[in-house]
Amino acid sequence: MSMTPYLRPGLAKPAPSRDGLDTAFWEGLQQEKLLLQRCNGCNRWQWGPEWVCHRCHSFDLRYEETAAEGIIYSHERIWHPVHPALAEQGPYVVVLVELPHADGVRIVGNLVGDPHQPLVIGAAVHAVFEHHLDDDPVHTLLQWAVS
Amino acid sequence: MTTDRTLRGKAAVVGVAETEYYKWGRSPDPEFKLAIAAVLGACANAGIDPADVDGFSSYSNDRSDASRLSAALGCKQLSFASMQWGGGGGGGSGAVANAAAAIATGQAECVVVFRALAQGQFGRFGQGPRSRMVSGTAAHTLPYGLMSAAHSFAMKVNRFMHDHGVKQEALRAISLASYAHAQQNPRAVMHGRPLDEAAYDASRWIVEPFHLFDCCQENDGAAAMVLVSAERAKDFDHNPCYVLAAVSGSQHRAGAPVHNTPEYASSGFTTVAPRLYRMAQLGPSDVDVLQSYENFTGGVMMSIVEHGFCSAEEVNDFLTLENLSAPSGTLPLNTSGGNLAECYMHGLGLNIEAVRQIWGESTCQVPNAEVAMVGSGPMVTPVSSCIFGSEATL
Repeated sequence: MSMTPYLRPGLAKPAPSRDGLDTAFWEGLQQEKLLLQRCNGCNRWQWGPEWVCHRCHSFDLRYEETAAEGIIYSHERIWHPVHPALAEQGPYVVVLVELPHADGVRIVGNLVGDPHQPLVIGAAVHAVFEHHLDDDPVHTLLQWAVS
Repeated sequence: MTTDRTLRGKAAVVGVAETEYYKWGRSPDPEFKLAIAAVLGACANAGIDPADVDGFSSYSNDRSDASRLSAALGCKQLSFASMQWGGGGGGGSGAVANAAAAIATGQAECVVVFRALAQGQFGRFGQGPRSRMVSGTAAHTLPYGLMSAAHSFAMKVNRFMHDHGVKQEALRAISLASYAHAQQNPRAVMHGRPLDEAAYDASRWIVEPFHLFDCCQENDGAAAMVLVSAERAKDFDHNPCYVLAAVSGSQHRAGAPVHNTPEYASSGFTTVAPRLYRMAQLGPSDVDVLQSYENFTGGVMMSIVEHGFCSAEEVNDFLTLENLSAPSGTLPLNTSGGNLAECYMHGLGLNIEAVRQIWGESTCQVPNAEVAMVGSGPMVTPVSSCIFGSEATL
């Protein structure tokens, strides 16, 4: 499911890291897949991206698809614009989503819908892929909706 | 025993100074000139020839280069130049630790800890970056509008408040205490601008749970303090203000990218505070007055808990204006007005205020203050803390 952009245009657009560390993640989002790091040494998930597994110190990490659903670990409703692109935005919501299917790693996104909606830690959420396929650089943002 | 592996009582502060403090962009002077003025002021306050300063210690990638300062001031030599790594204001007490360590280990004789900021000259901390593209760790937050310090920390505080039932009034009390103390401090940018409960409650949200008055100012200015060995400190005009402990650090994987630190709802002091107290050979009940870095009030609230002044479940009862007010509160807090209401000099003003409390020179003096603590830069990594004490505490 795609969606219209949650935030007004003009914020910095994400590009894969030049060293390639998170390229698979960003390419996966364009395919509506949530790919995160998983260690071939100990089989545990890891996020954010790093070159080594923090548990077993293996450099042998792969990107693997995980279920794009989680629970709200924390949240914030932002009111004050700190970027000109958001001057007319009004309040918006950022959530920190915990992914139980991936060892509980966390990922940041917006919570789509009414920005005044109640924000509930522990609420189940699912991914919404916000495509910017005509943009330069091409990218997809990973957003969340209450399930 | 490891009694020799300590900073306790090895170094002392003998002079402090700050420039005039300005709202951001209002300084008539560029940043480096402010730094020089603060260093000269601290030397004058100590009664030491600036040429005898042989070390500089700062933090948060201070732009006022130690070698340039040493040259500008005609210092006889440079023996020590140190920058605490990362952490923004989290380096404030770390810079004190580095200076004290240099003195204690014979690397330097007279070290100035300083911080200079001209946000008008170099850009404001409170604004998001303006680049067209972003990659690396920031790419995973910035396109979602998570782009300022307030945004980075509000989710930690929301989680802590949720887990422990903390009410907004606890954050409000921290803000009101800073503003109340600033009314007694002519140096404070918010001197003459008192704050009451109604004005706090009516103030706009920056990001929930931070109202405007939960957020630090953005300022221009500079601050400095002069440290020498404990032996030498006795020769100066001020009664020595000893460094009883100064430590920095963070928890397991505090720097895990994209908000993945395991101990998320934290100010970052859970491993630092025990080391601080061990070095000082003191506990929270020994602390007479606390200067706790307010980037945002929620960070102060968690710092107070993690330094053992109350439990998380006691926050609503403990964090009241009465308890936090000098001179007679249970834990007088941010007695200069702090980052919220005196000046956001990246927290170094808090260290100076702690020294003034030990000297009996605060504008909100706590009677007979013998032990003053500083907590620097909650919620960043690394954070740092220090404890200053009078002669009687050695």
